Amino acid sequence: MAIEVRNVDKRFGDFVALDDVTMTVGDGALTALLGPSGSGKSTLLRIIAGLETPDSGQVVIGGEDVTSSAARTRGVGFVFQHYAPFKHMSVHDNVAFGLSVRKRPKDEIAERVKELLGLVRLDGLAERYPSQLSGGQLQRMALARALAVQPQVLLLDEPFGALDAQVRAELREWLRRLHEEIHVTTVFVTHDQEEAMEVAEQIVVMNKGRIEQAGSPRHLYESPTNEFVMSFIGPVNRIGDAFLRPHDIQILPESDGTGTEALIERVVHLGFEVRVELKLHDGRDVWAQVTREEARQLELTEGQILSVRLPAPRVFSS
Amino acid sequence: MPARGGGALGKGLLGIYLTALVLLPIAALLTKASSGGTSAFWREITSPEALAAIKLTLAASAIVVVLNAIFGTIIAWVLVRDEFPGKRIVNSLIDLPFALPTIVAGLVLLSLYGKGSPVGINVAFTRAAVGLALLFVTLPFVVRSVQPVLLELDQSMEEAAASLGARPATVLRRIVLPSLVPAIVSGVALSFARALGEFGSLVLITGNLPFKTEVGSVYIFGQIQNDSLPTAAAVSVALLFVALVVLGLLSFISQRQSRHVL
Ligand SMILES: Nc1ncnc2c1ncn2[C@@H]1O[C@H](COP(=O)(O)OP(=O)(O)OP(=O)(O)O)[C@@H](O)[C@H]1O
Ligand SMILES: [Mg+2]
Repeated sequence: MAIEVRNVDKRFGDFVALDDVTMTVGDGALTALLGPSGSGKSTLLRIIAGLETPDSGQVVIGGEDVTSSAARTRGVGFVFQHYAPFKHMSVHDNVAFGLSVRKRPKDEIAERVKELLGLVRLDGLAERYPSQLSGGQLQRMALARALAVQPQVLLLDEPFGALDAQVRAELREWLRRLHEEIHVTTVFVTHDQEEAMEVAEQIVVMNKGRIEQAGSPRHLYESPTNEFVMSFIGPVNRIGDAFLRPHDIQILPESDGTGTEALIERVVHLGFEVRVELKLHDGRDVWAQVTREEARQLELTEGQILSVRLPAPRVFSS
Repeated sequence: MPARGGGALGKGLLGIYLTALVLLPIAALLTKASSGGTSAFWREITSPEALAAIKLTLAASAIVVVLNAIFGTIIAWVLVRDEFPGKRIVNSLIDLPFALPTIVAGLVLLSLYGKGSPVGINVAFTRAAVGLALLFVTLPFVVRSVQPVLLELDQSMEEAAASLGARPATVLRRIVLPSLVPAIVSGVALSFARALGEFGSLVLITGNLPFKTEVGSVYIFGQIQNDSLPTAAAVSVALLFVALVVLGLLSFISQRQSRHVL
């Protein structure tokens, strides 16, 4: 089901957490809400779920205005940042909760729980308690619990936030594949742009309670409409009011005299990518991103003076 | 290893402390109670007056802890989850029964709910007075054990339950209460122990009428005054035994419930 958020405002006391937020999430889409800490991502997600009431504006799910409906009637699956496991219940009972409050027959519940635990690869752990699970397992249990009631919409608040890098990468990949399998409209919150780029079909960039820009990862990367999006998505050099991408800086072979003169201050090898920190002849610092192969061919060394070609920088008005 | 050493020191201290403050006095009590042999002991605690006092104590304590479990939890809930003017003052009033010397508490209760009551309620010298005084002195136990647990309770659990379709009453019954059970039980255990031994607040308002309002502790006090120390000791041991069994049971329940929660 599609989600529409129209002109939503939310204040906590004097603090404006959401300021005239409007966004649309297409039916079956996988969308990331991306923004720095405190930008209002969780607040927006909670308003969609009905866990928080907007001061004004509307939330429409599947064409129906749900602004004043209670959370329990919205058909929204919510996965909390810290998973919110029901600690006094077994994994099985956690996942079964939504079905048991709907008074489904016992054997139907048992069957569905089994199926879901298979889906999230927790088979065999049904009788464990949350305190006996790892972070990644808890995360998947929380997901199975939310999916059990076949929600129209799945909302995840920083689903990978509390996990270590490797488990994170695995789960990202897995979430994307899960989404391909079950096609439920999904919105997840993250403050990690790489995660958003990798997983989402659409990214909504938030800052200070406002939506800065929404679009596909590629669109946001290639055509940011303002400096916030430019600097939040992908690496960036900032020179005064101008922005340029590090991989757009071209390092020229020493012999070529057409570019700007620059001193190599540092060369950092990051696997495939090499980060070259430069001081331009006018004293400005920039860094360039080159491949390992390029770095080898150009024989880049610290202290070397060479010339670089800078792309036309992007300047955003206001 | 240092941790081991610290552990041994801790255990040693605990041993000495418990021996001096709990085990030795109880041993002395047991010696006194058994000085006349088992049949004498049995006679002492099954004399009609002693039996009536013990029964009254147990029944009143049981009723009082049930009421405490219910109202203490509600009070704790309101204090943690609701906002109202004067909340902090109300919160600090809860501890007052702890601070008041119990004899003063008895006096206050008597002047409020006794003969010539300013609020028109006279329960003096009735069994209701026993319950009232016990409720007063045990009020803080459940409130104070539930409150911190409720403060720490992850509210996103309740939100998760709501988003899964649970009504507020279901959230309370299936999510909140199970998480509070260990705290409620431990408050109940403390209330019960306190109610069994309570003396000061009862001695004035109940009138100590044998077979009617005389509780165990007051009966014991009477026996001491009559120089019947073995009788006093025997009834004390009987009450102590009940306390031990009930506390053991409660801690079993609480441990079972908190196994996965903590
Ligand atoms: N219940 C509340 N009462 C008061 N202020 C709140 C409340 N909830 C959120 N806020 C404030 O609203 C702002 C936005 O909060 P929100 O949780 O939506 O941010 P976020 O984008 O999710 O940040 P993070 O990435 O750190 O989770 C923050 O400044 C926060 O302090
Ligand atoms: Mg957040």
